[in-house]
Amino acid sequence: MGKPSDLVQGTLDLLILKTISLEPKHGWAIAKRIQQISREVLQVQQGSLYPALHRLEQRGWIKAKWKESETRRKAKFYSLTAAGRAQLEKEAENWNRLSAAINLVVETS
Amino acid sequence: MNWARQLRMKLRALFGSRESSRRLDDEIEFHLEQQIVENVAAGMSKEEARRAALRAFGNPSVVKDETRDTWGWVRLEQIARDLRNGARSLWRTPRFALAAVLVMALGIGATTAMFTVVRSVLLEPLPFREPARLLRLYEYFDEAFKINASAAGVFAEWKKESTHFSDLAIFSFRTEYNLSGTGGQLPEKVPASECSWSLFNTLGVQPVIGRVFIAEDDRPSANGTVVLSWGLWKRRFGGDSSILGQTIRLDAKPYTVIGVMPAWFAYPEQRAQLWTPIYHEEAVGEMQALDSHDFGAIGRLKPGATEAGAKAELSVITKRLHDEHKDDPFVSKGADTKPLVDDVVGDVKTPLYVLFAATGCFLFIASLNVASLLVAREATRRRELAIRAALGGGKWRLLREHLMESLALSIAGGIAGLLVAYTAIRWFVTTRQEMNRVDTIHIDGWAMAFAGGLVFLCAIFAGATSALSVHGNQILPALQEVARSHSAGQERVRLRKWLLSVEVALTAVLLVGAGLLLKSYKQLRTVDLGCVTDNVLTMHLSLPEAAYKESASRVNFYEALLARVRALPGVQAAAFTRMVPGEGYGGDSGFAIAEHPPLPEGKYNLGIVRWVDPGYFAALGIPIVQGQLFDSNQRLDKADEVVVSAELVRQYFPGENPIGKHLLTIGRRPFRVVGVVGDTRFLAAQAARSIMYFPLFVSIYDGVANGGTLAVRSDRDVTALALPVQRIVQQLDPELPVADVLTMDQVIGKSTVDASFDATLVLAFALLSLVLAASGLFGVLSYVATQRTTELGVRMALGAQRSEVLKMMLWDGLRPAGVGLILGLAGGFASARLIRDLLYGVKPLDASVFVVVNVLLLTVAAAACLLPAWRASRMDPMRALRNE
Repeated sequence: MGKPSDLVQGTLDLLILKTISLEPKHGWAIAKRIQQISREVLQVQQGSLYPALHRLEQRGWIKAKWKESETRRKAKFYSLTAAGRAQLEKEAENWNRLSAAINLVVETS
Repeated sequence: MNWARQLRMKLRALFGSRESSRRLDDEIEFHLEQQIVENVAAGMSKEEARRAALRAFGNPSVVKDETRDTWGWVRLEQIARDLRNGARSLWRTPRFALAAVLVMALGIGATTAMFTVVRSVLLEPLPFREPARLLRLYEYFDEAFKINASAAGVFAEWKKESTHFSDLAIFSFRTEYNLSGTGGQLPEKVPASECSWSLFNTLGVQPVIGRVFIAEDDRPSANGTVVLSWGLWKRRFGGDSSILGQTIRLDAKPYTVIGVMPAWFAYPEQRAQLWTPIYHEEAVGEMQALDSHDFGAIGRLKPGATEAGAKAELSVITKRLHDEHKDDPFVSKGADTKPLVDDVVGDVKTPLYVLFAATGCFLFIASLNVASLLVAREATRRRELAIRAALGGGKWRLLREHLMESLALSIAGGIAGLLVAYTAIRWFVTTRQEMNRVDTIHIDGWAMAFAGGLVFLCAIFAGATSALSVHGNQILPALQEVARSHSAGQERVRLRKWLLSVEVALTAVLLVGAGLLLKSYKQLRTVDLGCVTDNVLTMHLSLPEAAYKESASRVNFYEALLARVRALPGVQAAAFTRMVPGEGYGGDSGFAIAEHPPLPEGKYNLGIVRWVDPGYFAALGIPIVQGQLFDSNQRLDKADEVVVSAELVRQYFPGENPIGKHLLTIGRRPFRVVGVVGDTRFLAAQAARSIMYFPLFVSIYDGVANGGTLAVRSDRDVTALALPVQRIVQQLDPELPVADVLTMDQVIGKSTVDASFDATLVLAFALLSLVLAASGLFGVLSYVATQRTTELGVRMALGAQRSEVLKMMLWDGLRPAGVGLILGLAGGFASARLIRDLLYGVKPLDASVFVVVNVLLLTVAAAACLLPAWRASRMDPMRALRNE
């Protein structure tokens, strides 16, 4: 099953928020984007994106709209809400702190 | 508007779940299509592209499941599913389900009903404008009369001088009018209240139609006016608004109807059906008297004024009046106040809370019983549950099923319980009509919410208790235990025994309370009033002043009535009096003893006043202790003889012969004491007080007494005489209504109705609890017996005597009962103190009650244990072993 580990679960939210922060995207595009940017390192199963997307939507951090996609087919586009933007900043900051700390540990020992 | 969007989303998920699922399908289908298109573009075949896309995506149905799980209401859907499962599994055991639902329905219903009553009667604010500002005002006379009724003269000073009130009002109690019949209607005695015109403004109530009194109506010189209650208007005048401005006859005098009050309005008494202006009704002298404590008073505090300040101010005014009239010992020294709501519901507060507590206890016992039943059921399903747990059924999931099962039970019980509550409240309202505010009781949203809360509380309590036993255990031992069928479920049995102990304890508390109340009620009923009560019929008559203006006409009426009634076949004796024993306090009067030195300032002699015809004592069997009675020639101004009660002699003539002494009293006339009679009680629950019996035909203030009670004694069923006697009254005066035709036993019953009500209800709940506890004991012991079949079989095969097995099993069942009993008696001690105020002639720690409760509980417990224990001792050891 495509259930991501806890670490990825936490960071997946951050990745999604970051990915749609510039422009609304549908699920497939978000998955693609994450894969591309992480240069294929983060091999998340694409399906696991959807529970995360819907959870974020329930929390009010992202909102969704059905629009025509580039292939002229209706698709569900996700975009950030104001609360989502604030959350993104918070999580990004957390992430920076955490990764800096881990870096420090890894490099000094 | 974040929350609004979220709510919309949740609602969509709840009500449009099919639609949402379809959209999710679309979304994922779109994703896969995109991936396939990309894969095909990368050079795969169509089939290959699809497979690769699915591989990258994962299992779509799992993804959909997980996604749906994030929707707000998915948990609710699962709960609904579990609830259905629970209900289905209960359906398979209908007898168990029915028993549990019934028990729950009774508990929830009774508790909800009592909650509704307590809330409507005690907790709801009075329906008047800004009720928190309303105070009931009293005079403080001395320690014996701490909160005394007000004298109208004192009230007048309060009204004139106090600065703390925006409005004050005065009113009378227990007033009655003869309402003449019109157009073929019978005349009727109507309970009423005389009130100052300011009463309605002080309370802040408006009439439904017409107007209330104005100052001009409330004077001796004004024309008679009357305000009707809604009930009287509907019943007697057909709810016709043309009644306004019409004249009705009260006590044979004309009154113009000026208004009708709303249906909910009942003040100062629940039974008041019409209101008249008090200064128009009462004699001027009475309204100026400082020492005639006959009236009630209320006041509305000005904004910013405090109750303490108002009380202090009224006290100062009263004290000044007291000091200015040192020669009159009956002018009060001070004043007291109470919030109006306390005055209105003060009497019923403790009884209602006691009943509420009793129903709460009963509900607790009921849910304990249901928990116990669930635990027992669990035992039979233990293997199934263990296997499911072994196969990976989540613990939370199993726990949830428990909760859902008990929730299904509780919901069914709650629905049935609301019906029970509805019926119970209907019954309560019709039984306790005289209780203040009883008409406001109805099931509303709060009561529904309360019932709902109870349902969940019971469900969680019963479900969690039963689930506790499952999850405390390991799966493996459970499976093994099922394979070998002895010494099973020790944990669970222990839990059930604890539940039983608590049940028995609560039952004991209820039984103790019921026992005390019942004993108190019996004491009250068997109290010796000091007179004959068997086969005595009483009825009220009052002669309207307009028709019987002359004292001579009243004397004539009484004489004719008594002569004719005495001549009726079957009548042994008949008498006329102000009030019979057990009917109430009536009025009192201060007096001086002519032969004694003047009393020191502030001291006074006080006696209840009764007017009786000479036949009264013989008719009611009141013994003559000393001297003789006055004769029937004691009439009008010539009357100068008085008979006193033994208590009056004890109190005011200690070590002295009272015969021939003179009492200076009403009208400051001397009355010679000619005889002493036995004591009688004015109320069953009150000790006998000093009484002065004056001749019925004595002329005081405004002539001979114009009403009272006719008492008729017979040697057979006296109720058969009610109609002939009423016919005699009709013949004497067709306009004269007869009211309250009651036997003496009914008169006493009326004054003890509260006690009987409380005792009966608490007893009912106690007995129901006893049945529950007994069935609980029976169930647990039967279960233990079947669980120990193998063990007992082995024991008996090895030579254990049947009597030993019996003893062992009995002991097993009685031990938890014993523990419960000890706990319960301790609780009984504590709760008995709380109901001390309700007890008459019984100490809270009445030994006989506690002994009876002990014996009763132990007997019932033993009986409940006996059958399963006996069955266990009778079994065939071979068959028991072959069960293995």
